[in-house]
Amino acid sequence: MTLSEFDAYRPENEPRRKRRRNRPPGKRRGGGNGDGAREMPMVEDVEFADSYYGRPIVKAPPWDDKISAYLFLGGVAGGSAMLAVGADRIGFDKLRRNTRLTALGATIGGTVFLILDLGRPERFHHMLRTFKPASPMNMGTWILSSFGMGAGVVAAIEVDQLTGQKIPLGVLRKVVYAFEKPAALLAAVMGAPLASYTGALLADTSVPTWNGGKDNLSYLFVSSAAMASSGFALITTPTSQTRPARTFATLGAVAELFFSEKLTADMHPVEAEPLQTGRPARKLRWAQALTIAGGVGAALLSRNRIAAIASGTALATASMLTRSAIMEAGINSTKDPRHVVEPQRDRLAARRAKGIVDDSITTVG
Amino acid sequence: MVDFLERPGELMEAYGQDTERKGFFTDTSICIGCKACEVACKEWNQNPMKGDLEILGSSYDNTGSLGANTWRHVAFIEQGQEQIDKARESGARLVGLGMPAFGAPETREPNTTEDLGMPEFGSPGVRIKNKVDNPPNPDTPEFRWLMSSDVCKHCTYAGCLDVCPTGALYRTEYGTVVVQDDICNGCGTCVAGCPFGVIERRDTGTIHTKPDRVDSRYSMDVKHKGTAKKCTFCFDRMVDGQTPACAQTCPTQSIQYGGREEMVDNAKKRVTAMHEKGLTEARLYGANPNDGVGGIGSVFLLLDEPEVYGLPPDPQVPTKDLPKMYKKVGIAAAGMLAAAATAFLGARKK
Repeated sequence: MTLSEFDAYRPENEPRRKRRRNRPPGKRRGGGNGDGAREMPMVEDVEFADSYYGRPIVKAPPWDDKISAYLFLGGVAGGSAMLAVGADRIGFDKLRRNTRLTALGATIGGTVFLILDLGRPERFHHMLRTFKPASPMNMGTWILSSFGMGAGVVAAIEVDQLTGQKIPLGVLRKVVYAFEKPAALLAAVMGAPLASYTGALLADTSVPTWNGGKDNLSYLFVSSAAMASSGFALITTPTSQTRPARTFATLGAVAELFFSEKLTADMHPVEAEPLQTGRPARKLRWAQALTIAGGVGAALLSRNRIAAIASGTALATASMLTRSAIMEAGINSTKDPRHVVEPQRDRLAARRAKGIVDDSITTVG
Repeated sequence: MVDFLERPGELMEAYGQDTERKGFFTDTSICIGCKACEVACKEWNQNPMKGDLEILGSSYDNTGSLGANTWRHVAFIEQGQEQIDKARESGARLVGLGMPAFGAPETREPNTTEDLGMPEFGSPGVRIKNKVDNPPNPDTPEFRWLMSSDVCKHCTYAGCLDVCPTGALYRTEYGTVVVQDDICNGCGTCVAGCPFGVIERRDTGTIHTKPDRVDSRYSMDVKHKGTAKKCTFCFDRMVDGQTPACAQTCPTQSIQYGGREEMVDNAKKRVTAMHEKGLTEARLYGANPNDGVGGIGSVFLLLDEPEVYGLPPDPQVPTKDLPKMYKKVGIAAAGMLAAAATAFLGARKK
């Protein structure tokens, strides 16, 4: 298949190929055969078996610590509303007032972070143009809105009483006060899903580390919420009225320690990796230490106001660190395609081993 | 699959229209990597430029990946003999795995090279190592170039659509998935929801080339900044009975457009024909209605494992497990209420 007579001057093809084949793999570049019969690789040999130039397969959502802060504040708000109802029942008026104010403050803060994170913040209300159970984000917006109404009413009443009825409610004052109990109850009941739905929000994604946490994220997040909200109560409220908050804090801290271990244990090892390396791992270690310190402090140091404030701060910080670690680990897990490919290959192989062979996306016919 | 997740068929019935689900068949075995699809897509959809015209050092691919501003992406992969052999074996293994087979590939003599229509370099037949069917080797010896035009999959169960909290993403009467630019508020949930990493929020992008200045008389704004963007299947062309820009411009019919059923049929015929020729590396991606996303609207014929092209090997729509997740949400919420109640048990004002 010579194209011109000058090709006769070229060396024979066969020996040259043999030499090439004997070369160790990965040293193909620059063979310099330029006879046009075969193309030469233009890039260094890359390990293609696993990925396309090591580029991500799934994309990280455009979320950062604004969303972690929202997860944290949502938990604080939900837990505080529960503490407020309990405090109201047993007549702990300072605990009731402080938790109610915390609940509203955290709701407003969280909502602001949530809106700031949008690409088009002026369209935040579009979240409420539909009711869509298939979308945890949509469900969460409805939960947050109804929670906010309840928390808003009771917090307004507290502020009104604190300021000696300075809020210009006019004739509405009676109406608002009449709704105090139902509003408090609404906030407490919606506070629970407010703290737990965020588990589904993160798990219902293709982000490997979050999706791998679908069995535990909600449990971890309510534990974290209990811990953080009672931490705030310990900070704001005199020790005479914090006994329930201390119990709540201890329960939360124990559960948080348990579920943060279980979270990684239940995942595919490659999905768990982003939680065990780099900054997320350091954050989690700090969170663990602070949870233990704060939990022990809350449980044992009952009379000392300074110790209570220190324990509360430790618990709240631990909760924020946990949320931030999970946020960052999730985003890191999208960057390396290995976190996507390996668990998927393994589950495909596991199904094939079980004899399920009709559900592969790759087929031949 | 989960009941509350919508799928194309249902919605199209609900619309009361007799439109059929449309699809692409991207046959990567005849893609020549000209990127005309990328250009046509950008031009028709007026998508902004991404990045600063960098060279990525990945063969001829300087686009990188699909994203908010890139709705067709041509991948370039350079492979040696070892990888070709591996691809051929992995494809051959797929035969007989569950999916309806088309009969075993014909056994041929090793040196047969007729009817391939390929220029012959050396004597490829003798170097075949594949023991499955001893096919002729139609590739350039020791080297091949994979080129594949990737696009939004328009899944049967679309993760982005399911998790969208505003309803901005919706299923059209053609079974495709489209973002409404004036509804999306850029929350980014869909970006995380997509198992293929297709949809993205348009946070960057420019319509200015380097010599331009913002005050140039050609200056204009990047459209729909801050909202999620992805392939619309050229919905605006489709409603007028036109072919999407990428398929219209494709010079090799590597990108085919038509009814989804017809596309899947074409794909199956093509992969069968290729296997019969001994090209056992050929396989379909997304033609199986039982897979984790219920099959995709834009079916591909690939010549190696999906991950080689940057596609996930076993994608699953995350909402598939949502009922289970909601159950956990409920249990967690109940647990938290119970813990709070416990905390107040026995506590009385002193």
